Amino acid sequence: MSINQHEIEHVAKLARLSLRDDEKQLFTGQMEAILAYVETLNELNTDGISPTSHAVPMENAFRPDCVTPSIGHDRALANAPDKNETYFRVPPVIE
Amino acid sequence: MELYEQTIHDLQGQLQARQVSSVEITNSFLNRIESTDPSINAFITVTKEQALLDAAAADQRIASGDCSPLTGIPVALKDIFLTEGVRTTCASKMLDNFIAPYDATAWARMKSQGAVLLGKLNQDEFAMGSSCENSAFGPTRNPWNREHIPGGSSGGSAAAIAAQQAVATLGTDTGGSIRQPASHCGCVGLKPTYGRVSRYGVIAYASSLDQVGPMTRDVTDAALLLRVIAGHDPKDSTSVDCPVPDYMAALKQGVKGLKIGLPKEYFIEGLDPDVQRAMDQAIAVYRQLGAEFVEVSLPHTNYAVATYYLIATAEASSNLARYEGVRFGHRAKESSGLIDLMMQSRSEGFGAEVKRRIMLGTYALSSGYYDAYYIKAQKVRTLIQQDFIEAFKSVDLLLTPVAPTPAFKIGEKTADPLQMYLSDIFTIPVNLAGICGISVPAGISANGLPIGLQLLGRPFGEESILRAAFDFEQATQWHTKKAAL
Repeated sequence: MSINQHEIEHVAKLARLSLRDDEKQLFTGQMEAILAYVETLNELNTDGISPTSHAVPMENAFRPDCVTPSIGHDRALANAPDKNETYFRVPPVIE
Repeated sequence: MELYEQTIHDLQGQLQARQVSSVEITNSFLNRIESTDPSINAFITVTKEQALLDAAAADQRIASGDCSPLTGIPVALKDIFLTEGVRTTCASKMLDNFIAPYDATAWARMKSQGAVLLGKLNQDEFAMGSSCENSAFGPTRNPWNREHIPGGSSGGSAAAIAAQQAVATLGTDTGGSIRQPASHCGCVGLKPTYGRVSRYGVIAYASSLDQVGPMTRDVTDAALLLRVIAGHDPKDSTSVDCPVPDYMAALKQGVKGLKIGLPKEYFIEGLDPDVQRAMDQAIAVYRQLGAEFVEVSLPHTNYAVATYYLIATAEASSNLARYEGVRFGHRAKESSGLIDLMMQSRSEGFGAEVKRRIMLGTYALSSGYYDAYYIKAQKVRTLIQQDFIEAFKSVDLLLTPVAPTPAFKIGEKTADPLQMYLSDIFTIPVNLAGICGISVPAGISANGLPIGLQLLGRPFGEESILRAAFDFEQATQWHTKKAAL
């Protein structure tokens, strides 16, 4: 499967990346080579094989549904690039 | 022998007997870091003042008669582990100023025994790489030859052991990131079974593959450190609730009577002749020790790299969505609104390899390609796992090379990501199957670079790989060879 620059731009938008022109060009070629390589998987017939998402067979891990202390505002906000009292601050979302 | 040349088990005895203090040991390592790290670049952050305070506290603890295996032992951590109050960068510009609000469980367990943190180690950014060249803080150099890479992604963790800058370190292994650098730097690196060690507080790359493990000077230290960090953690719902055996006791059981499989797909044409020779010699050593060898087949080996680069990148694209410049991490100065702020912050904060993997993973998960790439890869993952299940029906362990060649040169593979990915062919299948593996020093190449031997075991079979690794180590002297610095 080949990938063109238009698709690279679409994927970048989905991934919330703003790529420079030289990056777009570089990634188009490199992703094309990698995607050509992963095509080898199509040599295998996987009909009737169930997918593995996790190597260790496990049931859901449940815990009691009760309130426990969390890390609190001060520590949660300590690494915020911008904050206002107990909130993260961002540019206006609604005009 | 200098203090910085010794193992955990050497130093522990001396600490207990009060022949040496933790402050003396810690100073020995801090001086060693100061004199060697300008030419190696294994450390991103050195926590000198805190280390000396913690060493003094450990000495008091020992004086009061409280001495656990790690009390007063200076260690260092890959910068992917959260360390409360200490900068944690994951080798990314994105987290340049990030101060971790809590400790990773693996580190918390070491800390509660009184281990002393020397600092945080270099790696490939977000653990994405095989050479430690993808770091926002510059590449780490191999202490055996500074023109060469130390391996990756836990390159700093391996180089720090080889340069004698820490007694032991922790790394993480998603596709070989503990075993491959351990092999390239001549130290011991153990990737436990998926679920054996908690991933809580470890910055996520590919959550179904990531696993924490020890990197040490010898097998005894690996067993000792694994015993401390292993075990169920309610904070990691994928950590498995099964008892942690006494790995130290397992070491003494020997390999006599064990059946070791040699997967024919791992002994291929194109294997470096020095690596082939080291494997042949290792097999001869094991035969003398009383192990039996049989050839086995892992028929889907050649599909592992393709499978990995779809699954790992898909998981990464989802995990790394959290870096949006709002709650923590880098924020772009200029932006035209919230979405643009996220896009600019991510584009400025991530390096090229991270962007490439996010792009690949997003593509594999995107509408129209999800079944063809992501689900297909998950199905092939099942086949790869079945290969191992089948092989372990007839053998106790598998023996393979860790990497097809010794450490390559800095810059040699940076222009071609696919070539870089293919260097992990012998380590990647292990993560896909979730089993355990260890790299042990097993030779030196003609140009003076270490070569590692990989032993693979059944899920939760760490005792058998440790016991086989220990017997090999005792019968050879490779682990005593040191990089000339």
